[in-house]
Amino acid sequence: MSFSITTTEPQETVFSANDVKVYYGKFLALKGISIDIFKNSVTAFIGPSGCGKSTLLRCFNRLNDLIENFHLEGKIVYHHQNLYDPQVDPVEVRRRIGMVFQKPNPFPKSIYDNVAFGARINGYKGDMDELVEKSLRSAALWDEVKDKLKESGLALSGGQQQRLCIARAIAVQPDAILMDEPCSALDPISTLRVEELIHQLKERYSIIIVTHNMQQASRVADMTAFFNVEPTDKGGRMGYLVEYDRTEVIFQTPKQQATQEYVSGRFG
Amino acid sequence: MNTPAPNPAKIIRPPSQWDKSLDRGFIWLTRFFALAIAGILLWIAVQVTIQAAPAIQSSGLGFIFESTWDPVKDQYGVLPQIYGTMVSALIALILAVPIGVGTALLLSENFLPLPIRTVMVFLVELLAAIPSVVYGLWGIFVLIPILKEVGGWLHSQLGWIPFFNTPLAGPGMLPAGVVLAIMILPIITAISRDSLISLPPELRQASLGLGATRWETIFQVLIPAAISGIVGAVMLALGRAMGETMAVTMLIGNANNINISILAPANTIASLLASQFAEASGLQISSLMYAALILFLLTLLVNVLAELIVQKVKRI
Repeated sequence: MSFSITTTEPQETVFSANDVKVYYGKFLALKGISIDIFKNSVTAFIGPSGCGKSTLLRCFNRLNDLIENFHLEGKIVYHHQNLYDPQVDPVEVRRRIGMVFQKPNPFPKSIYDNVAFGARINGYKGDMDELVEKSLRSAALWDEVKDKLKESGLALSGGQQQRLCIARAIAVQPDAILMDEPCSALDPISTLRVEELIHQLKERYSIIIVTHNMQQASRVADMTAFFNVEPTDKGGRMGYLVEYDRTEVIFQTPKQQATQEYVSGRFG
Repeated sequence: MNTPAPNPAKIIRPPSQWDKSLDRGFIWLTRFFALAIAGILLWIAVQVTIQAAPAIQSSGLGFIFESTWDPVKDQYGVLPQIYGTMVSALIALILAVPIGVGTALLLSENFLPLPIRTVMVFLVELLAAIPSVVYGLWGIFVLIPILKEVGGWLHSQLGWIPFFNTPLAGPGMLPAGVVLAIMILPIITAISRDSLISLPPELRQASLGLGATRWETIFQVLIPAAISGIVGAVMLALGRAMGETMAVTMLIGNANNINISILAPANTIASLLASQFAEASGLQISSLMYAALILFLLTLLVNVLAELIVQKVKRI
């Protein structure tokens, strides 16, 4: 399957998935996904529960490797390198591609140590104080925590914790950030702050965001991919990519009927 | 709407006299049980102190610093037993903490297939079910003959180190310490494993997602996050090692003197009580009670210390 994307100018791609099939054991969970993710843009994955959007997201930093029985066919090319080449070290992949999770998950360490953790394990030689400040500033959290860097990261509010997790991801200096429903555990005001942050971050990073919230996708994303799920004859569920285009096209003039029905709230 | 509105008066139903007395009865019952436990502890402490009173009067604090235990001359001091209690427990901890925490890690990570791990968890728990007299017998017939070889080698090769400056004749501090280590292993393993597997899986994913290796994740994220549970396990094990009686009596040699060599016979407070109580009379009984009181205070101290350490490491 290929998509004719209605773009005006050619863009540089960061990830290029090519006929990716994901299996859990013998069950096919995602069938034949091909998608190009563009540099310095925000790409949203939307779709009903179980459509495999989170699964696909975790393929981009090989976090699915942790699941027993996980098996991937096809190619995901990242800067001309197939991420699933047997020669590739998944630890190195994850150092370059940061991740923010659904539930804020700071380490039970101080705010400072949370941000410094990734840099320390990567053998960062520069000024750690400076890196911590820069990362917290980029995550729009510095002013709120600059006087209590030694306090536990778990003492922060949910929204602050999520921005701390973003600061922690930025401190490793990745070039792409994957976000798995980063606002689903946050209140509306915290959500707004994280969305503003995503807007600022795309100047330097390429971002993929999985979201259940269609308004969020339309607010933050440049590109949107709609996934759907269909039952298989063996009783399982299989996700597939329905349509991928610029966000305004997906939300205003989608080419597929399923997309039209989903974005207008008729199912999902 | 066709259905009539429910009568609001029906939701008002004051509790009957029976309900009230049942509630009050339950409150008092639980209060009684809770206080009874504290009462028993207090009662034991008071009784031991009363029985120890003659010895406290005749020996005073010197009891703790005196090294002779001579029922014939009625001279009593428990310094060697305090030393033996601490050192045997320390040997047990040095051996059991790395093995116990290592086992807990193996059983909480997915290094082995789940069925094998389940069997291993069961086997470790079974270690705790072996009666301590069986450990003592095993120590005498199996462990001591093996340790004689090891001890002989340590003495001949490393005899210049004070800890090995006597040969291992049979029972001694080392066999007692090794058996104590095996006995406290299930406590350390089970509690450490519980605190490791109860960590949220997001923590592991966060660490790996930042490009940490599994090694870095285990040692820099998982163990620090579970440290309060692990420290608690170690302290609980220390309390157990200090109070263990039967197996130690059978293996330590019951020598009431201080010897820096861990291959020499020694004694612990619990073992002193077990070995002497049956034939004691007069001031000797009172002195044994005094020793029991000291053991009581020592374990109390360890538990308070444990609580403090757990509180301190929990704060971050």
